[in-house]
Amino acid sequence: MIRARKLGKRFGDKRVLRAVDLDVPDGAFAVVTGPNGSGKTTLLRLCAGLALPSDGQLEVGVPRARIGYLAHEPLVYRELTALENLELYGRLYRVPERRERIGMLLERFGLWEARHERVGSYSRGMTQRLALCRVLLHEPELLVLDEPYTALDAAGAGLLDVQLAELHRERTLLVSTHDPDRVDSLATTRLALA
Amino acid sequence: MNYVADVRALARKDLLLELRARDTLPAMLLFVVATFVVFHFSLPAHSSRLAASGLLWVAIVFTALLGLGRAFVPEREQRVLDGLVLAPCDRSAIWVAKAIATLAFLSAAEVVALPVFALFFHGLRGATVAGMLLADVGICAVGTFLGAMAVATRARDLLLPLLFLPLAIPIVVGGVGASVVAAPGRYLGFLALYDVLFGVLCWASFEYVVTE
Repeated sequence: MIRARKLGKRFGDKRVLRAVDLDVPDGAFAVVTGPNGSGKTTLLRLCAGLALPSDGQLEVGVPRARIGYLAHEPLVYRELTALENLELYGRLYRVPERRERIGMLLERFGLWEARHERVGSYSRGMTQRLALCRVLLHEPELLVLDEPYTALDAAGAGLLDVQLAELHRERTLLVSTHDPDRVDSLATTRLALA
Repeated sequence: MNYVADVRALARKDLLLELRARDTLPAMLLFVVATFVVFHFSLPAHSSRLAASGLLWVAIVFTALLGLGRAFVPEREQRVLDGLVLAPCDRSAIWVAKAIATLAFLSAAEVVALPVFALFFHGLRGATVAGMLLADVGICAVGTFLGAMAVATRARDLLLPLLFLPLAIPIVVGGVGASVVAAPGRYLGFLALYDVLFGVLCWASFEYVVTE
């Protein structure tokens, strides 16, 4: 699914990723770890197609329509409601039976009751749950998740554990985390950036 | 048809955001009306139609600049542009929708501004209104494109006027020309040509602006 050889990324004179080799086969659960500034986010942005490599080769075996990317930011509009945000993404991703899918995800992530509230009034944890709904909305083949446990409370993190275990059965995942123990039982590929 | 549906969904979102936040349109309205009031009292009495037309177009360009500067603020604040860029729609749809929304705000500001101008200065000619409609399209097409470029930089507040104002000079030339000459057809044609030329250029290049 993902194959990187001597992958590098520079921003001006600053090199943020150096000669990374990565193989993520179909159905794998790849975990990327490393300290702050080691290039985890940059690597995930490259794999999601949001940045271009400066050096090396990167092949991602799915079109961008089949990638679900969870960033540090939720990538939703604060002035819109959860429902409006998901409607927008659902239209852009041409999700079939959009309303049903959105309703199902909002219920699953405990946001159904708050679906008509503006995202700006959500707590950080609720916003992260909404971001997960956005990522899963179009049933992507490849999930690229940048520190998905950020801001989630115990209940939210538990819910995400269950979701990741379910998703791992039928999808490929590339997950960066500061807490590798949390996903250790699921991980099939590991990459530690220095 | 998907393209049109994408543009509709994105433009609707931009209009909804403005309806909720009310950040852009009130500022544009206040600015353009205040500018006319200031010039009404600062220009000498019985100033020429040419001077008043120049003032009108300068006020409109700077009012548009105010709206264009805010066009990509919602996307910048939450980095939502990444989410839109990742979606499988044609990326130029983002530009078309944003330009349509900005055009709506600018047109709404002009609906108030033009009668105020007519009241304070020399009235309005049909050619001026026609020129303004054509100019609005060019302003929003080019300005939205440059706004997307500027939003990715740290000096965005400085960069947008620096890039936009030189490109707005032909619009001001065409607009003032259409407002003051007896046969404005040539100037209106010039504005229409500007719209087509820069519209196609921006439409074709937008993909490269929002991807690295």
